[in-house]
Amino acid sequence: MTIDRRNFLKLAGRTAGVAAVATTAGVAEARPNKKMPEEAVGLLYDGTLCIGCRACIPACKEANNMPPELTPLKVNGEQVEALWDAPLDISGKTLNIIKAYRDGTGEHKDQAKDGFAYTKQSCFHCVDPSCVSCCPVSAMTKDPINGIVSYSEDACIGCRYCVAACPFGVPRFTYDTPKPKISKCQLCKHRLADGKYSACAEVCPTGATVFGKVKDLKAEIERRKSLAPGTTTTFPRGRIGGGDTYTGQVGKYVERVYGEHEIGGTQVLHLSGVPFELLDKPELPDIAPASTSETIQHGIYYGLLAPATFLGILVAAARRNMRPEDEKPKAPPEGGTP
Amino acid sequence: MSAVTHAEHEAPAPVGGKLITPVTVFLAMLVLAMAAVLGVRFVQGIGAATNLNDGYPWGLWIAWDVVTGSALAGGGFATALLVYILNRGEYHPLIRPALVAALMGYIQAGLSVMFDLGRWWDFWHIFWPKYAQMNSVLFEVALCISAYIVIIMIELMPAVLERFGWESARKKVNRLLFFFVAVGVLLPMMHQSSLGTLLVVFGPQVHPLYQSNLLPILFLSSTIGMGYAAVTIESAISSMGLRRPFEKEILAKLLQVGRILAGLYLVVRFGDLLYRGALHYAFEPSVSMLTFWIENILFAVPLFLLATKEQRNSSKLILLSALSMAFAGIIYRLAAFLVAYNTGAGWHYFPSLGEMTVTVGLIAFEVLAIILAVRLLPILPAMPGKRTSS
Repeated sequence: MTIDRRNFLKLAGRTAGVAAVATTAGVAEARPNKKMPEEAVGLLYDGTLCIGCRACIPACKEANNMPPELTPLKVNGEQVEALWDAPLDISGKTLNIIKAYRDGTGEHKDQAKDGFAYTKQSCFHCVDPSCVSCCPVSAMTKDPINGIVSYSEDACIGCRYCVAACPFGVPRFTYDTPKPKISKCQLCKHRLADGKYSACAEVCPTGATVFGKVKDLKAEIERRKSLAPGTTTTFPRGRIGGGDTYTGQVGKYVERVYGEHEIGGTQVLHLSGVPFELLDKPELPDIAPASTSETIQHGIYYGLLAPATFLGILVAAARRNMRPEDEKPKAPPEGGTP
Repeated sequence: MSAVTHAEHEAPAPVGGKLITPVTVFLAMLVLAMAAVLGVRFVQGIGAATNLNDGYPWGLWIAWDVVTGSALAGGGFATALLVYILNRGEYHPLIRPALVAALMGYIQAGLSVMFDLGRWWDFWHIFWPKYAQMNSVLFEVALCISAYIVIIMIELMPAVLERFGWESARKKVNRLLFFFVAVGVLLPMMHQSSLGTLLVVFGPQVHPLYQSNLLPILFLSSTIGMGYAAVTIESAISSMGLRRPFEKEILAKLLQVGRILAGLYLVVRFGDLLYRGALHYAFEPSVSMLTFWIENILFAVPLFLLATKEQRNSSKLILLSALSMAFAGIIYRLAAFLVAYNTGAGWHYFPSLGEMTVTVGLIAFEVLAIILAVRLLPILPAMPGKRTSS
C-alpha cells in the first residue's frame, strides 16, 4: 500500500480527532480550584502588630529541630561566619522568617514612603497547593481535615519539582549534603497532638502571628478591619480562643488580605499597612495552577481513553505494515519464508 | 510514485573497523572527567558540584539533558512512525540508526535524572503504587520514559540477535515486534508532550510568551521535527566520520515531513499567543522576547530553505535546515525551562563548570556508545559496490 501525503494527513487528522475527543472530555471534567476544608487551621499575620523582634524565628527552629544558619557577616571589613543563628531568608535550615521593608528615612511604621514595615515568610498552606499536585511520589500531602500541607522525607526522591512549582518560593532544599531533603513549615503539626500549636504564634508577644481555625481567623480579620484605625482594642495572642490577649492599636490596613484569593486561597492570611507588592509578595491569579495542570493532564489521559484508542490505531497500522519477512536481512539469503 | 519496499534496501551490517581511535579515547577522557565531578556531587551533595539554588532548582541537567536531549532522541519514534505506521518503506534504512541514537539519548536522560535526584536511592518510589501520584505530570513523564527505554531495547533486539545468529529467537521477536513498535510510538508522544505540560503548574512564574495550555502540543510537534533534524544531522556526521554516502534523497524527504511539523508548530505558537492576547509580549523587550524570536525564526528557516526541488537537492541546504530545526527546538526548550522561568528578584542561575562537564561527559558517553554500536552491530545499511537508487 502506498501512503502519500494525503494519507499522512488523513492519519494525522484521525490522531487530532482522538486528541480533540480527549480534550473535550477534559473540558467536561475541568477541575475547579479545591475547596477549603471546614476545619482548616492556619495563621493570621498582622504586619501592623509585628514589632520585628524575630522571636518567632528561634522558636520555630527549636520546635522543629532545625539547625542554626551561620550567615557570613562583615566585621571590620572582614568576612566572618556568624556565631549565632542569622538567617536572611527561609532555606533548607530555616522555615520561618520576618523580613523588613524600608523606604527613605524609614521613620514611620507601616508607611510606604519614609517608612518601614514587617512581613513574615513561611508556608501559606494553599487550599489547592501546587507542591501537592506536582509531587510524583506523594511526598507532599494536604490533610483533608485541617488542611496542613505536609512533607514526608521517607517518600521524597529529591526531584525538587515542588521547589520549582511553589509560587511563594516556600519549599527549600538542602544542597549541601549527600542526604538532602525538602524543608517547609508544617504549622508545627507534631505539636497539635499535645494541645499545643504553631511555635511562631505561641511565642509572638503582640499577637501579630496568631494560630486558629481559618474561619475564626477570617472573622478576626473582619473585626479588625471594621474598627477605626488608631483606636485601642484587644487582640487575641497565641491562638484564637485561647484567652490570652494583647492590647494595642488598630492598624491602618490596606484593602487586600493576602492569601484570601491567591491561587485559590491559602490558610495563612496576611494583613498589612503597606501594599503587598512592597513586601515582595507575588501577584498571583485566583485560579490555582494545580487545577489547570491537572485539567490538562487528566483531559489527555482521561480514563486512558485517548492513549488506548491511539494505541489501537498504531497497533493495527504497525501490524498491517510489518510483515516479518520485511525485517529479514537480505544476506545471508535463506530458504523458504515462514 | 510508489513507495520503495524494505527489501529494495541494503540490509544493515556492522561497519567494523578499529574501536580504539583518537576519537574514542578523547570521548572516554570526557566521560572520566564527568565521573570526577559526579564523585563530588554524590559525596558532598548537589550544591558542591552545581549552581542550582532554590530559585532555580532545575538547571542544565534537567533542561538540557532530560528535556532537550530526549527530544533530540525523538528521531527514533518519529522515524518509526513514518516507516511502520505510515508504511513509508523508503525510510527503512534510517530506522536502526535512529533507534540506536534514541536509546542512547534516553539512557543519557535517565542517567542525568539519577544525577539530579537528591534522594536518588528512593527513585523506585515512582513505580510503587503506595507512592505513585497520578496528578503529577512528572509521574507520567518518569513512568513513560522508563518504559520507553525498555521498548527501544526490544525494538533493537533483532539487530543484536541477528549479529549473534540466533535465528529462531529473532523470528519470534520479529513476529511480536509490531506491538512494541506501536507502543514505542505512543510512549514518546505521551511523555514528549508532557515535558511541556510540566511547566503548566509553574503558573505565572513562566513568562506569558512561554506559559500556555497548549504546551503539550507545542512540545510534541517540535519534538517530531527535532527528531527528523537529528536523524539528518547524525546521518551527515556518520557519512563524514565513517566515509559513507550522505543519504540525500531520503533525508530531503524526511525533512519535508519535518517542515510540515515546523509549520504546524508556528501556526499553533502564534495562534495561541493571539488567542491568549499575549502576542504583545513578543514586542516588549525582555530576554524571553529575544529567545522567542530566535527560536521561531529558526523554525521558519526550513520552510524557506527547502521550498524548491532544486534546494532539496543540495546537501548543504538539507543539513542547514536540519541544524536550524534542531536549534529551534533546543532554544525553545532551554528558554522555556530556564529563561522564561523567573521566581522573583534575587535568584540567578548559570550552569557551573561541573554541571557542564557532566553534560559534555554524557554526550561523549552517548556518542561513544553509538560508535561502538554501529561498528559492532548491524545498524547502518551495508555499503554495496554501487548505490541502489539513482
